Amino acid sequence: MRTLGSVAAVGGAAAGLLVLLAWVPNTTPAPHGSAGATISGKVKLTGKPAASVNPEIDMSEESKCAALYKTTPHEEIVMANANGTLGNVFVYVKSGLAADAKFPTPTTSVTIDQKGCLYHPRVFGIMVNQQLAIKNSDGLLHNIKAMAKKNRPFNISQPTNMTTDRSFTVQEVMLPFECNVHGWMHAFAGVLPHPFYSVTGADGSFSISGLPAGTYTIEAWHEKYGTQTATVTVAATGTKTQDFTFTAK
Amino acid sequence: MKAAFLLTAVLSTAAASAAAQDTTAGHVVYTKWCAGCHGDQGDGKGAAGAYMLPRPRDFTGAVYKIRTTASGQLPTDADLMRAIDEGLPGSAMPAWKARLSEADRKNVMAYIKTFSSFFTDTTQHVVALKFSSPPSGGGDAVKLGRQFYDSIHCNKCHGADGRGDGPSAWDLKDDPGAPIFAADLHQSWRFRGGSSVEEIYRRLRTGLDGTPMPSFSDLIDQKFLTDEQLWHLAQYVRSLSPEKPPEVRDVIHAHQITGELPTSPNDSAWSKVDSYYFPLVGQVIRKVRWFDPAVTAVWVQALHNGKSIAVRLVWDDRTQSPDTLWLKFMRRQNQVLADDDTVPPALWPDQIAMQFPVKIPTGTDRPYFLMGTGSDPVYQWRWTSQPRRAVSGTARGIDRFDTLATGTGGKGTAVSSQAVFDHGQWRVVLSRALATGDSTHELQFSIGRAIPVAFFAWDGSNGEHDSRMAVSTWYFLALDQPTPPGTFISPVIAMAVTLGLGMLVIARAQRRKNSANA
Repeated sequence: MRTLGSVAAVGGAAAGLLVLLAWVPNTTPAPHGSAGATISGKVKLTGKPAASVNPEIDMSEESKCAALYKTTPHEEIVMANANGTLGNVFVYVKSGLAADAKFPTPTTSVTIDQKGCLYHPRVFGIMVNQQLAIKNSDGLLHNIKAMAKKNRPFNISQPTNMTTDRSFTVQEVMLPFECNVHGWMHAFAGVLPHPFYSVTGADGSFSISGLPAGTYTIEAWHEKYGTQTATVTVAATGTKTQDFTFTAK
Repeated sequence: MKAAFLLTAVLSTAAASAAAQDTTAGHVVYTKWCAGCHGDQGDGKGAAGAYMLPRPRDFTGAVYKIRTTASGQLPTDADLMRAIDEGLPGSAMPAWKARLSEADRKNVMAYIKTFSSFFTDTTQHVVALKFSSPPSGGGDAVKLGRQFYDSIHCNKCHGADGRGDGPSAWDLKDDPGAPIFAADLHQSWRFRGGSSVEEIYRRLRTGLDGTPMPSFSDLIDQKFLTDEQLWHLAQYVRSLSPEKPPEVRDVIHAHQITGELPTSPNDSAWSKVDSYYFPLVGQVIRKVRWFDPAVTAVWVQALHNGKSIAVRLVWDDRTQSPDTLWLKFMRRQNQVLADDDTVPPALWPDQIAMQFPVKIPTGTDRPYFLMGTGSDPVYQWRWTSQPRRAVSGTARGIDRFDTLATGTGGKGTAVSSQAVFDHGQWRVVLSRALATGDSTHELQFSIGRAIPVAFFAWDGSNGEHDSRMAVSTWYFLALDQPTPPGTFISPVIAMAVTLGLGMLVIARAQRRKNSANA
């Protein structure tokens, strides 16, 4: 449990740093049916992130984007939530699944939206071969560059309101995206061959469900604070709680 | 007999293609010619590569700029061969066609592919895009292209007039994080993938993978742009550069005019004056060396009126330095460049220098081109963007420059300067009296003599200052004598005489031919 004092401190920092206007909660992809076990928990953040951790963005060259913000926008590198948790953490099953397990590719696509000259969501999961809909809601020039290493990297121009579909062929955690027109725009995708992943949102919680019984290595990834792993054993049904704690630097 | 011949032909073709797959032989070629920059492991980390921007290609990721395939796809073998054969203009990658045999080049191409497992991944589709033929470049093609240039925001990186000076230019980096310039579209001879309209169109379709330059193919697929419109964009981009790469001429002729010299850089009088192109290269002789100059050429025009000389220097420079935004660009340079040639980022001005001997030499001897020596100094004009002024002085080697004091108490003669920065281009006019009172330190310009001249340039926002600069070799400046009125008549007479003689010869030849036929 956290003390009230540090929650208030982190909460205060978060209130100052977060651009709530631009925040779109990440939704966890629906697991396969309600069967199976669930691993859920919270990703906590101890310590206070330095004020400089989320730099101000100078959007003066893009008045259309700048007009969407009442206060100066910041990069959303560290999403320190008011309840002492950390958002935008990608939590996924790193190992433990049967080697021959196959999971169907979802027919729904994942959307990454370029809005207000920021990516929404900033951190997301997607399955191998699942469609990624790359949307430009700003109607001004973005290029979206997938800086893949295990997949093929690409770089597409989107100078207008449009949506371009792409997909990835192999697992890659994490696959960064960037826009070169707006050097502050960064996003990260966890590309997995299975649906057992989740991204923490404004309450810092995650939930991975539909798991077969087994012992899994769960990894929590954050773009600045790195990774943490935990080993969790689940039965055929039921929920196990596994929290992670990152320390602010 | 015929069958046997055919069989031999087939066998030898098979042998040739088998040889083309010889990665062992390719390894030998690679180690000898390529590893110095691209590294033994193909990771672009060769010893010489540490000084280069753009970085030598890292073959392990199989990400290539110049392709005929869609963004994200592997290049075709022909794409790779093209880069090896033709090199990548504007970078350190030379053309190997004339240096290595075809077998060597094919072998090394095959070897380069072994650095990445993508080339053996059978799920990778490598399909060259089908490119259409260009529509007519006439009529409004260029004008329409310009409209698309603006409407799809090429200017964000390449700038309003295409000199690579857009508002996002300072923040551009390639995949490994090295800083990268948006291309100056006025210098098509430096385009990595070639300068033709067709090649420019292909770059728009494929993008330059690994760089910020994206592919525009999706825009055509989704009918936001027609293929023809993309061609017009390519035609517009091509129109920004001269038809042919500029030629270097050794002697700048300064014509004599009557009356006042144009001292404003935008004076329309300059449009009638011949312009001379001089390429500049990085100063790599003395430490701190500089392999990556941003100013790659200067265009020079000169006039005199018998009393004074005015020289107009024009060069492309993405930034009006100092510019605090570009400190980030310099920090990125330092992250990737070799330690022995890095310096802390700071706010440097832009500079240009024009160098002369102190006295016009009578023989062929000239001072050391790199700013003279202690015993054999040179006389220089140096202009800076901040403070915006020109000074003259004596250089005694790369690290010693003594300004000649002017005005009250000083003996030196002022060099006047006027400068304009216009969308990625500096235009500076320097002028001075031909004769001064100090012939010990100052060059006395003399009409009709070949005066050695050399140029140096610094782009402050590229971290250039002191020995980190772009240099030229010695060229010549000649102040022409006033043209006597007769000069304009004699060519007419000469032409008439030549024409008359020519016709005489033809008439005679035809008479002979006729008599021979008869």
